[in-house]
Amino acid sequence: MMLENYAAGIARWLHFFFGIMWIGLLYYFNFVQADSLRAANADGTGAGIVKHVLPRALFYFRWAAVATWLMGAVMLLTIGNGTGFVDAFTLKQPFTPIGIGAWLGTIMLFNVWTFIWQNQKKVLGLVPATEEQKGRARRVAFLASRVNTMLSIPMLFFMAAGYTHKSMLGL
Amino acid sequence: MKNPLDSLAATVSLGFVLTAVLYVIVKFIETAAIAS
Repeated sequence: MMLENYAAGIARWLHFFFGIMWIGLLYYFNFVQADSLRAANADGTGAGIVKHVLPRALFYFRWAAVATWLMGAVMLLTIGNGTGFVDAFTLKQPFTPIGIGAWLGTIMLFNVWTFIWQNQKKVLGLVPATEEQKGRARRVAFLASRVNTMLSIPMLFFMAAGYTHKSMLGL
Repeated sequence: MKNPLDSLAATVSLGFVLTAVLYVIVKFIETAAIAS
């Protein structure tokens, strides 16, 4: 019991730490970089961003996503004698709100590794691609990133479902 | 037709709409569970 409490507390802390890193970089890509890069490409100064900023940002972005999910899973496993994880993903009472948040976070993690990173590898030249393929990869990665930005809003609402949401969600 | 996700404002707006839709669904599940 004591060990579970430590694990839950540390996992919760690290879930926030890695979650802020992940979603912070997601918002950087969408709220800052997308338009800035378009403007920088127009005046010929965008190459530095793609060469020096993007690879480093994507490294922390994709691995923070994994760490966030894992810490969330540890937190759920420490609830209800280990049944919290399954109860959340099956939207069982009283895990429905956090279950919705967990599903949204899982879909977002899938998007990061399947659509964003696989296509950004082509954009960055880490895997061979023609200019046409790079253009298409850039578009798919952009739309997947926008989908994740959209999903992050309800994800944060349900992830934060605690005492402050008690009156709204009936927890 | 332009994809609404090309607009950052539309993306954020859709996020709030999706939150409202999911909130209604969760409240429905909660209410149904209490009634049963």
